Amino acid sequence: MLCERCQQRPASVHVTRIINGEKTELYLCQECARDMQPQLNFSIPKFLAGLFDYEPGPGIKTQTIVEHCRECGMSYEQFQQTGRLGCPACYHYLAGRLEPLIRRIQGSSQHRGKVPRRAGGNLRVRREIEKLRAQLQQLVEQEEFEKAAQVRDRIRELENSLGEQGGGQ
Amino acid sequence: MSLNLERNSKWMEGSGPQADIVISSRIRLARNLKGMPFPNLMNEAQEAKVIQLVGQAIRTPGVFQAVGELKLMPLRELSPVERQILVEKHLISPDLAEGKGEKAVVLRDDEALSIMVNEEDHLRLQCLLPALMLHEAWRLADAADDALESELDYAFDQDKGYLTACPTNVGTGLRASTMLHLPALVLTRQAGEILTALTKVGVAVRGLYGEGTEAQGNIFQVSNQITLGRSEEEIINNLSAVTVRLADQEREARELLRKQSRWQLEDRVGRAYGLLTNARILSSQEALQLLSDVRLGVEMKILRGIDQRLINQLMVRIQPAYLQFAAGREMTPFERDVHRAAMVRELLAG
Ligand SMILES: [Zn+2]
Ligand SMILES: [Zn+2]
Repeated sequence: MLCERCQQRPASVHVTRIINGEKTELYLCQECARDMQPQLNFSIPKFLAGLFDYEPGPGIKTQTIVEHCRECGMSYEQFQQTGRLGCPACYHYLAGRLEPLIRRIQGSSQHRGKVPRRAGGNLRVRREIEKLRAQLQQLVEQEEFEKAAQVRDRIRELENSLGEQGGGQ
Repeated sequence: MSLNLERNSKWMEGSGPQADIVISSRIRLARNLKGMPFPNLMNEAQEAKVIQLVGQAIRTPGVFQAVGELKLMPLRELSPVERQILVEKHLISPDLAEGKGEKAVVLRDDEALSIMVNEEDHLRLQCLLPALMLHEAWRLADAADDALESELDYAFDQDKGYLTACPTNVGTGLRASTMLHLPALVLTRQAGEILTALTKVGVAVRGLYGEGTEAQGNIFQVSNQITLGRSEEEIINNLSAVTVRLADQEREARELLRKQSRWQLEDRVGRAYGLLTNARILSSQEALQLLSDVRLGVEMKILRGIDQRLINQLMVRIQPAYLQFAAGREMTPFERDVHRAAMVRELLAG
């Protein structure tokens, strides 16, 4: 296909522009893409703001609620303007409006990655127990009872350690 | 100041898996400290506090055992040219280099490991290795992260993972990326289409009109878009697979060029080499494009006797700040173009 701007050279760049929440798609040649560079600068704040201009589903009225983070004072509206949160606690205090946004940009809202040793608290141990339980079941199915017993003991050990730390939470 | 600017970074070594096409692999981890505002809301005292805590942490035996000696440098103590060189070596971001307030960079001697302090997040830990070594880079970053976490209180949430200033990084805080040299895909006009397709599978591509120098010289950067809901291994495996696929596609395009346009190809490579070894005035943009052609010639064995590593070094050395640093003075753009041509001539012909 030909470049949509000069209509001369073949298009080799696909450009998505979001301006005031309006999405336009362009197919450009390299030269034109370079030409338009200043206008094309992708900005996360604008991108995020754009995402939030979407209308909610039918029958749902738009409602503006001003929420603030109780630690740093940031409001959701401020976040929309800068694209940056104020502090870790914003994730908690602005959760009501952040959650749908996070789902939209990340496709998920549940962390599945690394759990840090200290800050992760019991989560690390609980993940380990989950993993061992799966392993245990497999070992039992394979009738590897000796190994299974070892795994079972390890699970008990871990469960006890959770208990000592105060009931698993 | 212990900043050794003459040194070549680890990533410039030019050897490793897929080194004919993949220039470097990077892992970046965004981390923040609990109970502190993110950098955009911090005052200078808080910024200084973060630098102090990171400085303490890197001097502990645990960190030393995990990743070796790290040095912290406040950006305030570096000249603008020195900061710019760190940008040109891909060790810090332009934002950190230009930013006001208390900022710092932590570097390991071989520059494979660096930490930006008080950029968008309190810590941005980065591992940068040559060729396709994402897994190796992850192992190093992971080890450094573990060791730091035993000293620092990270902001972490059981559901949301590592909490970051921007929700586009929340979760793993992991951005994995590879830099690829794809001249044949560009010459055969396949690049646009392929790279567009990649954005549909959660891979972001920059390069055709991306930031700064990466836009030029047929060099593209691919990275993961999603940071939450997937494990680090899944993200890295996916990006590795995409990178290998792209490299294969590039090799196919190179073979096609060799078959269908052998003389044009050899002519292009030969002319680029001729220009680089004879020009008296070279802009950085022209130099990057010509270096891309020469690199292609080296990789396709059309040109012999040129070390891949030399081309990686040249890519950095032709940049404005590096040139001025080497010359020991500030230069006008024209002076730089003359200097650049002389330096390239000497190193390539040498
Ligand atoms: Zn055009
Ligand atoms: Zn907050």
